[in-house]
Parts: sequence; C-alpha cells; structure tokens
Amino acid sequence: MFRLANPNRFMHWSGKLLPWCAVSTALLLAIGTWLALFVAPADYQQGEAVRIMYVHVPAAWMASFVYAMMAISSAVALIWRHPVADIAARESAPLGAGFTLLCLVSGSLWGEPMWGTWWVWDARLTSVLVLFFLYLGYIALVNAFDEPTRGARAGAILALVGAVNLPIIKFSVDWWNTLHQPASVFRIGGPTIDPAMLWPLLIMAVGFTFFYVTLLLVRMRSALMAAKLRALRLQQSLAA
Amino acid sequence: MVVAFFVLTVILFPFGVGPEPELLQRIAAGIVWVTALLAALLSLERLFQSDYEDGSLEALALLPLPLEIQVLAKCLAHWLVSGLPLTLVAPLLGLLLHLDAAGYPALMLGMALGTPVLSLLGAVGAALCLGARRGGVLLSLLVLPLYIPVLIFGVAAIEAEIGGFGPRPHLLLLAALLILALTLVPFAAAGALRQALE
Repeated sequence: MFRLANPNRFMHWSGKLLPWCAVSTALLLAIGTWLALFVAPADYQQGEAVRIMYVHVPAAWMASFVYAMMAISSAVALIWRHPVADIAARESAPLGAGFTLLCLVSGSLWGEPMWGTWWVWDARLTSVLVLFFLYLGYIALVNAFDEPTRGARAGAILALVGAVNLPIIKFSVDWWNTLHQPASVFRIGGPTIDPAMLWPLLIMAVGFTFFYVTLLLVRMRSALMAAKLRALRLQQSLAA
Repeated sequence: MVVAFFVLTVILFPFGVGPEPELLQRIAAGIVWVTALLAALLSLERLFQSDYEDGSLEALALLPLPLEIQVLAKCLAHWLVSGLPLTLVAPLLGLLLHLDAAGYPALMLGMALGTPVLSLLGAVGAALCLGARRGGVLLSLLVLPLYIPVLIFGVAAIEAEIGGFGPRPHLLLLAALLILALTLVPFAAAGALRQALE
C-alpha cells in the first residue's frame, strides 16, 4: 500500500494492470450477459422479466461495495496522508453513484411489470435512494472548493461520517417500513435461488467488480496526469 | 426567527392539504417533525461561518481548550436557540393540527432528545462546508440524509403512543442516537475545522 503512495510507481503498476482488467471485464460481462439472456431459465412466475435481476443485483451489490471502498480509501488518506488513496476515494464516488442509479432504474423497470408500480416506499428501495443522495452530497462537497486538496480532505471526513451513519439509516429505515406496512408481498427469489440462475448472477457480479476496477484505474490515471499537467503549466508560467 | 419559520411552515400545511381535522390529525406528527428538521437546518450555516470569516476561529483553535470541547459548546448554543424553542412550541403546533392528546408527551420527549442530535450532526456539516461555494445548499444536501433516523424514531414514538404501544423503545433509540452523536461528532467536527484552517 505504501509503495503505491508514489504517483509515478502507481502509474507504472496501474498501466501494466489495466489491460488485464479491461480484458477480464469484457470477457466476464460478455459470458455473463450470454448466460443471463439465453442460458438461464425464465422464472416460473415472473417469466422473462426475471433477467433484469442479472443487472439489478450486481448493481445493488456494487453500490454498497463502492461506498465501502470509498470509506476505506478516505480513512487511509486521512490517517497516512496517502495521496493516491485520496484520488481513489474521489474518483470512486461518481462510479458508485452510477451503480446506485443503475440499481434504482433497473429496479424500477423490474417493479413495474412485477408489482405494478414504478416505486414503492419499501425499506430496501428507500435506503438505496438515501445512499444515492450520500454519493451526490460527497461529489458536491469535493467539487465545492477552489483548492482541490481542501475538497479531498473534507470529502474524506464526510465519507467516514456517512460510513458510520449508513448502518443506522439502513436499520432505522427497515424498522420504519415494518412498523407502517403489513408484511411485504414482494419477496422475490430469496436464498433458495436455483444454481442455473446463481451462476450467471455470480459471473455478472465479478464482471461488474472488474468493470469498476478498470474504470477506477482509468479515472485515477487521468486525474494524476491532469495534476501533473497543472504542475507543469504552473512551472512554465513561473519560468516565463 | 427559527420559531417563526417553524410556525409559519407548519401553518402552510393546512392550506396545502386542506383543513379537514381527520387528515391533519393523521399527518400532524410527521409535519411537526419534518418542519423541525428544516428549521434546525436553517440556522446551521452560520454556526462557524462568521468565526471563520473574521479569523476568530483560528484564535479559538490556538486556545489550550481542545477544539472538540469548543464544538460541543457551539452545538449547545445552537440547540439553546433552535432545538429548545422548537421543543417548547411543538405542543402548540400539535394543538393547531389536532394531534391526538395521547401523543403530546412523546412529542415533547422525542423533540427534547432528537433536536440535540440535529444540532450535533449539523455541526459536522457546517464545519465541512466552511469556505465552500454555495455553502447553504450544499449543507442541506449533506445533512438531510443523515437526519432521517431522527425523523423516523421521532415520528414512530408519537404514533406508538397514540396506538397504545408505548413510545419507550423509540425514545430509548433516540437517546442512543444522542449518546452516539455526543461521543463521535466532536471529533469529526473538530477534524473538519482543522482541515478548514490549514
């Protein structure tokens, strides 16, 4: 971890790693999509619409995974002043927000044929929506300062406060829902999912993770290059 | 000021949803709590802003008194001018909205436990937004999602009391949130202030 604190060394390693990640992403997503669309059976109750699951569930998983990554990178950045961790946290946020939005939209599209409505104030839906707003708040805060390092430091503290609060919000929202609504009618799948559906799902999930890592590396590399460019320009203007 | 905003906003609701007592009675607890959240948010932006602008925050940071304690003092001051008056006015607004008579103790107790949490969480947001562009809007985007648990347990306590279940578990949870915020917020807010001063 500390060896990667040097941006030049990070650029070297990430440059080597990037093609492998990109190829794995493409392969896994292609295989996963093929399995999900053509091989996996249709659900006896939901018919073909169940295939939305292969996008929706990995996206939901990534939404919380990326937040966890963001919080860990923020902690590393705050504790050890690790410059690359700072960038990792900042560049993860838009990706996480994207996965969260994908989860919400695909869930909405799934809900319409299944439950007959685009949106329900169900505990799970609501906590994902709150997570989306936490991402938006983080992105807004990081970009609200003229000085980029200020934004990163403030964002790191916010990410950690959010990480402490997220379980509390999740738990309270769960409870709020069970108090005010009768038992949910829409329990889909459950843990008794058939292996024929489980395998495509797992492959898609790993594919999504590689997709995130690939995009994150690309974003971090371009952020580092942009910082270098800024420094060079500053040097030039000082010399001139 | 905060109280005037609180009362005015609550008064807007009967105009918006209609004056039927049954309807108002049903949503009274939610209206009072949501409005209290917004009213607490209103004055948060100024919590550290003027001290930051005129430089007295830097002088405060140099004091031998830890910044964490000063944050707690700031939160207490904010609560005394926003949370406490809101708690005292809330029963009157409940009366206007035909809140069920059984709900008043839970409303008062819940507000007394919940509004300090609003001030504490808000202090972290206010400290993070120092020197940011469009600080006010940003602050509400940061803080409102974090307020959701307080809203849920505050309203749930009132509804449980009216429903005859007893508000105790919800009030205990609000107290737990308060204790958690009291222990963690000073460190987060003081950290945010330090990075703002660097």
